[in-house]
Amino acid sequence: MTGAALLPHQVLDLLPQREPFRFVDEILEVSKRHIVAHYTFPADLDFYRGHFPGNPVTPGVILLECIAQVGVVALGIYLVALEGGLEAVDSRLSLFADADVDFSGVVRPGDRVTVSAKKKFFRRGKLRSEAEMHLDDGTLVCSATISGIAVPRLNL
Amino acid sequence: MARDETFGKVMEIIGRYAKNKDAIEGATEDTNILEDLKVNSARLVDVILDFEDEFDIEVDDEDADAVNTVGDAVTLIEAKLA
Repeated sequence: MTGAALLPHQVLDLLPQREPFRFVDEILEVSKRHIVAHYTFPADLDFYRGHFPGNPVTPGVILLECIAQVGVVALGIYLVALEGGLEAVDSRLSLFADADVDFSGVVRPGDRVTVSAKKKFFRRGKLRSEAEMHLDDGTLVCSATISGIAVPRLNL
Repeated sequence: MARDETFGKVMEIIGRYAKNKDAIEGATEDTNILEDLKVNSARLVDVILDFEDEFDIEVDDEDADAVNTVGDAVTLIEAKLA
């Protein structure tokens, strides 16, 4: 198998998470060390009706999912492709392993966030990244050390 | 390094990730890291990386795959340090 350095839009196409559970719009930069991506939270997302009535706030678990999709899944796809090509990407699925998170801001419906993540290590299929989420005005919303592990797709 | 000293350091590292805190106390070299100490398999990578930092060694994937018990880890580390 030959490795391939994917372009940002190719990584986005390979991201397995789809509507209504995709929280990445655009990947701006990706390399073997880092990734940067955007997502705008549409104001009509269903969960805002309940979280909270009359005062919609994006749930922290969704912010964490957004960070995971960028910093672990998308970056992981890039790294796996670099090692083993598209065949390797197709045969695996990245699952959440562990996280250490701090929330320091609020994301409202319609807000755009930028997620930037740096690889801490990628060993034996496990990727750990240090990631931050910022609003367009520069507010730090969330910082996290987050890990995922690639498992064979068929064994789930 | 004496083997029991290595064992102590190995247990200190594994203890960080073990869910079965009761089993840490009575652990021996025969204790299975995943099954007895209830270390999540995804955490084994963290354990191996901590071994590398603590003992200043390099553990490749093949070596890591052979580690099932605490004793396996001690033997591997002793061999790397020899």
